[in-house]
Amino acid sequence: MYRAFLIKYAEIGLKGKNRSYFEDCLVEQVRHSLRMAGGGFHVRKEPGRIFVLCPEGFDYEDTVSAISRVFGVAEYCPVEVVNSTEWDDILAACTAYVEEHIPDRNTTFKVFCKRGDKNYPKESPEICADIGEHLLKQFPELKVNVTEPKLRFTVEVRGHVYIYTDSYPGPGGMPVGCNGRAMLLLSGGIDSPVAGYMIAKRGVSIDATYFHAPPYTSERALQKVVDLAKIISRYTGPIRLNIVNFTDIQMSIYERCPHDQLTIIMRRYMMRIAERIALENDCLALVTGESIGQVASQTMQSLNTTNAVCTLPVYRPLIAFDKEEIVAISKRIGTYETSILPYEDCCTIYVAKHPVTKPIVKAMEKSEKLLADIIDEMTQKAIGEREIMRILPE
Amino acid sequence: MREIYLDNAATTRTLPAACETAAKVMLQDFGNPSSLHHKGFEAEQYIRDTRKAIAASIKCTEDEIVFTSGGTESNNMALFGAAEARKRNGKHIITTRIEHASVYQPILRLEELGYEVTFLPVDAYGHVSAEELTKALRDDTIVVSVMAVNNEIGAIEPIAELAALVHARNPKAVFHTDAIQAYGKIPMFPSRMGVDLMSVSGHKLHAPKGSGFLYVKKGLAIRPLIYGGGQEKDRRSGTENVPAIAGLGEAVRYWFADAAEYRERMYRSKELFLKGVSMVPGAVVNGVPNDLRETAPHIASVSFAGVRAEVLLHALAEKGIYTSSGSACSSNHPAISGTLKAIGVADNLLDSTLRFSFDENTSEEEIAETVSALAELVPVLGKFRRS
Repeated sequence: MYRAFLIKYAEIGLKGKNRSYFEDCLVEQVRHSLRMAGGGFHVRKEPGRIFVLCPEGFDYEDTVSAISRVFGVAEYCPVEVVNSTEWDDILAACTAYVEEHIPDRNTTFKVFCKRGDKNYPKESPEICADIGEHLLKQFPELKVNVTEPKLRFTVEVRGHVYIYTDSYPGPGGMPVGCNGRAMLLLSGGIDSPVAGYMIAKRGVSIDATYFHAPPYTSERALQKVVDLAKIISRYTGPIRLNIVNFTDIQMSIYERCPHDQLTIIMRRYMMRIAERIALENDCLALVTGESIGQVASQTMQSLNTTNAVCTLPVYRPLIAFDKEEIVAISKRIGTYETSILPYEDCCTIYVAKHPVTKPIVKAMEKSEKLLADIIDEMTQKAIGEREIMRILPE
Repeated sequence: MREIYLDNAATTRTLPAACETAAKVMLQDFGNPSSLHHKGFEAEQYIRDTRKAIAASIKCTEDEIVFTSGGTESNNMALFGAAEARKRNGKHIITTRIEHASVYQPILRLEELGYEVTFLPVDAYGHVSAEELTKALRDDTIVVSVMAVNNEIGAIEPIAELAALVHARNPKAVFHTDAIQAYGKIPMFPSRMGVDLMSVSGHKLHAPKGSGFLYVKKGLAIRPLIYGGGQEKDRRSGTENVPAIAGLGEAVRYWFADAAEYRERMYRSKELFLKGVSMVPGAVVNGVPNDLRETAPHIASVSFAGVRAEVLLHALAEKGIYTSSGSACSSNHPAISGTLKAIGVADNLLDSTLRFSFDENTSEEEIAETVSALAELVPVLGKFRRS
């Protein structure tokens, strides 16, 4: 069985002088993710690669799934390591590799070589030819096919020598933590966890804010949000979840403002509060799961009206996605089954029969004046009394 | 925070003596009752003691009791077991529109398997009438299942009268009653009431969850649900849940030493509560005739116009008061409407109904505190309504 992996990264390899910063981030994220696979892994940086050595008794499936969740991983390959660069040792290892990993030798192959160690006495074409000849001699059933080989028998000569035939795609993107921090407005729905996942894919760390409205929303609704945060934290790393009690604000809006504007006004206060918490925590943006036209509060006009209260940029990674596309991602990342549990969140407790779909900023500001005497104090209180949970993957 | 637990129809606090005995069984007398050695014999004694206590409580013989994992299993065993055993006599089953899911779901499954089912309507108090049952009974009726006490409103069904009708019309038909909310709360003596099968759950009466039994009238053959080592005289295989059964024994001994007194206390709680709650604006009590004693002592159902049940439930829970909603009917079957709808509760109140259920230790202060919490919350929560 394989005891080691080579991880290849694409995009961060293109960075200039910052390159080692991005690589260090990736190493850190791989280490973090492997802690979930039991720990004891040895992770080190090599030029253009990250190398993972697994501990005795590691779980192969868990390890693969941990590596394949790390943003920034372009490909990963289970490898055999030769702790010697002596030519005879390399040949012997090639034989052992085929004996162990290729039970069906009635197949075609081609040898590929990457010579990281430019001082190695043989050059790549020569290495390929010699290994190919050696394997043909050892295993007469094997056949060479240089245009469409079934096996890409790859030998990388670096400080050590790595042999592999299989390569699996990673999630791509950039390692979390290399691109700053953003505040995700997390609800219990399908969209916002996906939005968080997608922003994290670009290397952004995630904080989250959830608005709850007890007794209108239940503790099970809150538990559902915590569960969703746990699921996405498998990709994003630890999440600081801010739980804001929104009941008083929501009730006041309900009592004083026109009912067809409730959702928009509510969203505007949510954005304001999330931004305040974001700024306190060095977040450089807000993130929402909005998508144009999906519901009344997500028309172009509504988005414009809710956007107007923020100074931080608001990133909406799902803005041009259809619902089915979002559902497909949520199923793939494992949030869907939790998202569809039937607990109310504060956006669904009260929905007007005919909410405004083309709100204008001036009208909202006028309605919000009706709250002028109480809103600052309520907002202050909601932020001050928020509960903060540190969410770690399970 | 002080807790006021008014959800005793969902489950009850386990009796400390039941916990202690269960723990003793697990730690010390942990033998398998089927083992021939002394450890097995010791474990068997707990089962015998519980069986004896139950037999005394419902005036039956010890071998008429089959231990199960609780109410749901008892109902499943009764319905599938009797229908299967009687299928040569016919394929017609009669039940009511207000049964618990653990009765109507097995019956819907039987319907899928080719049995024909008649669902009896109920009146405004949730009562099944003798006339309706008479009309429904046929030569090929093999099973009649009517609950003894309804779990949502506490209606008491005229079980003895209904069972007599069934046996007079069709001696081969089996009469089953779901007594999960009735056992201990009202007198239940199956052999005197003409009941052939009676389901009971332990945790509604301070016993551990996972305990319960089915009363099976002597000589009545039913097909088991679970096959295996032949425990419970081949009627329910699987190593007995001795800790739970031992705990059930403690609870039954405790309860029936003073059942009449406990019943009285619960009626007083219910009376006090209904009197208080009637002062809350918009409150409507469901299913209680002039004489409160015609209903079960521990269950009260109240609708609060204009307030969503779930919201009120959470608001009460924030004050440490635990109740239950659950008017919503989870079945799509046209004949099954949920109790509230079946007794004619107005559509706008269906989603505004809470169940309050008491035990023998519910105090006057707890009732008073709950009533005043309702008086405070209902007007506030009523302001915030869905369009």
